[in-house]
Amino acid sequence: MTLSFLAALINLDKPGVFLHWGVIQISLANVIVIGLMVAVFLLAIFIPFDRKSRRR
Amino acid sequence: MSTTKDQTVLDQEEAELARQWTGRIRRLLVDALPPDKLLPDRQPSYLSSWIYIFGALTIGGLALVILTGTVLALEGPQWWHVSSIGLFVNSMHLWSVEFFFFFMVIHLWGKFFMAAWRGNRQLTWMTGVVTFFFSIGAGFTGYVSQTNFDSQWIATQAKDGINATGAGAFVNALNFGQMLMWHIVLLPAAVVALTGLHILMVRHKGIVTPIEVNGTEVPHQGTQSESDPS
Amino acid sequence: MSETTILQRRFNPDRDARPWQGGSRPYDLIKEVTICFLVVTVLVVGLAFLFGSPDDKAISIQTWATANQIDFAQTSISELNGTSGTATYGPPYNNFVGSSQSLGPISLESWIGVHIPVNPAQDFVLGPLSTVANAPNVTRALDVFNAATPSQQLAWETNYATAVSHASSVNGHLVVPRGAYGPIGVMIGQLTAMAKSGALDSAMVDQSGFYGTNYTKSLLYIADSTYFAAQGTAHHLSGDQWGMMNETGNFPGQAWLWLYTFWYQVPPFSTSANADIQVSALMGLLSLLLLLVPFIPGLRSIPRWTRVYRFIWKDYYRSQG
Repeated sequence: MTLSFLAALINLDKPGVFLHWGVIQISLANVIVIGLMVAVFLLAIFIPFDRKSRRR
Repeated sequence: MSTTKDQTVLDQEEAELARQWTGRIRRLLVDALPPDKLLPDRQPSYLSSWIYIFGALTIGGLALVILTGTVLALEGPQWWHVSSIGLFVNSMHLWSVEFFFFFMVIHLWGKFFMAAWRGNRQLTWMTGVVTFFFSIGAGFTGYVSQTNFDSQWIATQAKDGINATGAGAFVNALNFGQMLMWHIVLLPAAVVALTGLHILMVRHKGIVTPIEVNGTEVPHQGTQSESDPS
Repeated sequence: MSETTILQRRFNPDRDARPWQGGSRPYDLIKEVTICFLVVTVLVVGLAFLFGSPDDKAISIQTWATANQIDFAQTSISELNGTSGTATYGPPYNNFVGSSQSLGPISLESWIGVHIPVNPAQDFVLGPLSTVANAPNVTRALDVFNAATPSQQLAWETNYATAVSHASSVNGHLVVPRGAYGPIGVMIGQLTAMAKSGALDSAMVDQSGFYGTNYTKSLLYIADSTYFAAQGTAHHLSGDQWGMMNETGNFPGQAWLWLYTFWYQVPPFSTSANADIQVSALMGLLSLLLLLVPFIPGLRSIPRWTRVYRFIWKDYYRSQG
């Protein structure tokens, strides 16, 4: 069955982009994922969990 | 006909109930996890950080991994190569795995920096770490069960690492049938069971209190001597 | 002493936590989990729409032989003469001695021995060729080969290996320079034809009967080729390219394997013949450390020393003044 609207909007299926620093070789996609993990961790620690305005 | 049992029979039954396996297990479970511990509606006031939601986000990721995996399992391992719905479900499976690990690792960092193993919570930490390892195995067997070039490559590369440890004799990454069974039966069962155990342990002990640097003494139940060096 | 012995022990901030005496507040766990699930669902559906997932077609023996029949013939003679990667692998596939990895005197790989027997000459070459029907020249070549002494077989194989290194493709046909390689020219020629037609793929899988789910032999055969290795390198998936954590295309891969794959890039592992067992042992040790953090003095103090917890419980410490 072909449902074309399910096809990916952005095609990632082309030759990968890789970053090199000396011994380190990493795909741009992995750098983004790891960078986002660190960023989200820092945000989770620093953004106030304001319980006065935000009852959960 | 008498409807009341005589007292000796009642005493015997009571003694039997006290010894009964079923009753003992029930009392043990209810003591460990009374309803207000299992599903508490309040939390200590020091729970005041976004870092606490990453456990729940990891559960959300796992639930979606299982759901999308279930759909893929219903249709079989080749379906997603030939159906656009199948490919979409596979995409959801891939991204839910990425999010599952994403949130699990942040959860691990958070619990590490909270030293969340304190107060006899060592087993909670350890079940979490073991769940992480099993998840890596589940992810790996998923990659080699894709039935495409990626799975061929990963299987033929990984075999050397597995063989070097001697485990290759039993865990054969090149055996598609074996890897698929590991991926859709054994490892998901282990990950889900361990996650359940982990959550019950968290609920049993409650969330860890903030780190106190200048504490003096704590009441401690057990047989450890006062000169405990650790 | 009473039934429960209450002992006092020195409070260790890295091990102990006092029971909470302070206040609490309403917190809806079920709502939290539900919202989290919905958030992840939205993110996953969104990214599935946006990026999809990669699916590079599997490489069959047919794909390989069609793309590079010279490589196929060269790999096949190395399977027959016992010099290929699989033929010289040792346990768990065969009894070849000298390639098993070890950690000092310990070689679990060779101790456990052969559990998944693979005989490349028989399983990849002679076996599939023996299934060919109605080809008298192939049957004759096999008879001649099987009747010859091992030293004669080896001489033919060596001569063919030399000749095939100068082979060329002419109008889609494999052309190997003449040489004293007896029946092997016919045999490898036939095997190449079978490979290109797809018959070899079926012959390999048929060894396990009608319901095949085990591709060990086909995968070992394909993985012995330079064609397959080149495909991996082109996709940036080789071991020395940190390939373990990469995915085909521009998709994120198994980023959580970063430390595992890191060790392969640096000495002494990057130049070690025992890299796999060394890295496995090291990762096993590090995994054990992670598992036992709560018990390891020093390691379990890192949270207190780094003081990240001051941010996590900032409201609490502020209220404590």
